Amino acid sequence: MTVVTEVEAAPARHGLLRYAATKAGGALLSIAMVVVATFFLFRLLPGDPVRALAQGRNMTPEQLDLERARLGLDRSIPEQFLHFVGQTLRFDLGTSYEYKRPVLDLIGDRIWPTLLLTGTALVMAVSLGIWQGARAGWKPGSRFDKFSTAISLVLWSVPTFWLGLLLLMVFAAGVGPIPGVFPTRGIASVDAPDGFGYVLDVAQHMVLPCLTLVAVVYAQYLLVMRSSVLDEVGQDYITTARAKGLRDDDIRRRHAVPNALLPTVTLVFMRIGFVVGGAVTVEAIFSWPGLGQLFYEAIRVPDFTLMQGTFLLITVSVILMNTLADVIYHVLDPRVRSV
Amino acid sequence: MSSLAWVRRRRSVQRFWAEFRTHKAGVAGLGVLVVAVVLALIAPLFIDAGVTNVVSGTGEKLAPPSLDAPLGTDESGRSVLLMIWWGSRTSLLIGFLAALLSMVIGTVLGIAAGHFRGWLGAIVLRITDWFLVLPSLVTALVLAAILGGSTATIIVAIGVTSWPSTARLIRAQTLAVEARPYIERSLALGAGHWHITTRHVLPNVAPLLLASTTLEVASAIVTESTLAFLGVSANKTSWGTMLRGSYDWGAATAGAWWYILIPGLCIVIVVMAFTLCGRTLETVLNPRLRTRAA
Repeated sequence: MTVVTEVEAAPARHGLLRYAATKAGGALLSIAMVVVATFFLFRLLPGDPVRALAQGRNMTPEQLDLERARLGLDRSIPEQFLHFVGQTLRFDLGTSYEYKRPVLDLIGDRIWPTLLLTGTALVMAVSLGIWQGARAGWKPGSRFDKFSTAISLVLWSVPTFWLGLLLLMVFAAGVGPIPGVFPTRGIASVDAPDGFGYVLDVAQHMVLPCLTLVAVVYAQYLLVMRSSVLDEVGQDYITTARAKGLRDDDIRRRHAVPNALLPTVTLVFMRIGFVVGGAVTVEAIFSWPGLGQLFYEAIRVPDFTLMQGTFLLITVSVILMNTLADVIYHVLDPRVRSV
Repeated sequence: MSSLAWVRRRRSVQRFWAEFRTHKAGVAGLGVLVVAVVLALIAPLFIDAGVTNVVSGTGEKLAPPSLDAPLGTDESGRSVLLMIWWGSRTSLLIGFLAALLSMVIGTVLGIAAGHFRGWLGAIVLRITDWFLVLPSLVTALVLAAILGGSTATIIVAIGVTSWPSTARLIRAQTLAVEARPYIERSLALGAGHWHITTRHVLPNVAPLLLASTTLEVASAIVTESTLAFLGVSANKTSWGTMLRGSYDWGAATAGAWWYILIPGLCIVIVVMAFTLCGRTLETVLNPRLRTRAA
């Protein structure tokens, strides 16, 4: 008996390793493609990049030449390409024009607010979406289901930035006699106290951006979870559980939801790119000092080195998240593994 | 083409319409769409681009709704109602053309990935998956910022970043169609790649394509307004640029609710109409969904 299980277990583990290795290879290829695409994309800039960079600044032709040499633009395209790849591999993303600081340093400063905001919003959106989706999918056609579908349809149609503007208008600026409750911008007040007071201050600043992000991303989790539960409703094991005399709520919580959860949670990470897009918009509206705002400022200026660096970082992290989700799904779901 | 084929086609269109009519939400969406498109098309008969001219604003700045300007005015005293009307042309045009571009790329690459086995299909699939993972809004922002914000580049930026899901859908459908026996028969009769893809695969995926394009227009309109709001679009009046103006001029803190509410509501209503329409089309046309509902 034990021999049999060992024999069965060995190829499964082997298969998993091979699967993870394939996925990692795919991710590396994707990242390489991003680096190559970024290089050529930013060489598509119409006209002379140095002139574009020097826009609005007084520079002599000699200074422009110096700048060109510093950026390596006087070399041939293949040489520039190799140089760019070498730099990127060493995590050297260049120096921002606007801030006169290395792009990597700027990213290091801005990454924590973004992780705080999107992390909180993601946890809230996922739990709310899964809870509501499970209830809606369990009784399709019920009033709760119709209400949920309507809500998600409306939220799907609402542009992120407009929802942010509305919340800003109602809760930060105040409507008529009702004063605004929440701050309009930033991550903390200038006169924020230290210690616990600071935490409270940040939390207060985070309410509106977080709410906007949750509202926009949670709708799709709801829909995915709903259809995922819907798939389970007709299954034999549910009928068995019912025949055993289990309470309806118990069947849902103990049997249907755990099975439906897996594809949903994976999809959450698969669509992380959508959340990133939302984060850029939300951070821009509420002046949240994160990566999204950094990227937005780079576009407004425009500061192409900074734009290139943040773009690279964002896309590479999205690719890594996707691959991770893929592999974890494979580990967790025996149904996929056996195929 | 024989008349028999035409009779059959007319019948299937009639059947489709009879089925579509039973979905109230879809009919409502279609109604809103027709009204919006007709309004956008006839706008030049009544107004011209002059209503968006900063100097020609006649009203007071940020004035609330009144008889002169039923939906209030913006920061330059221009009527929000007329701006919305004229702006709908840009928003809808970009929405339609970007969806069309995305559909064309998605269909060609989707059919290619499904039809050609071996390395060609594998490469196309690999590229599709790569684009699918990229955060589309961020990529579209970079594209629009680099290429400049004209109407054409915004269309390209949206189209180039939104086609992969269409390609995935079309590829799956192509695989399903090509597994049918009549394809084998056709092959035996000497049909080439071109004949099979255009005469057999394309007509079979066309209905689904219609549904997915309708949904794509909805998201293209949202993306356009987001790009315009984030300031990468040149200053042609659209619903997104109006909202940008309301943000820049502090309409939220000034209490100018009409300047924020109206353009946003227009986006939501039109996008919702497209979504309802597209979902109904999907339900009616996708046999898999129909059997599940039955």
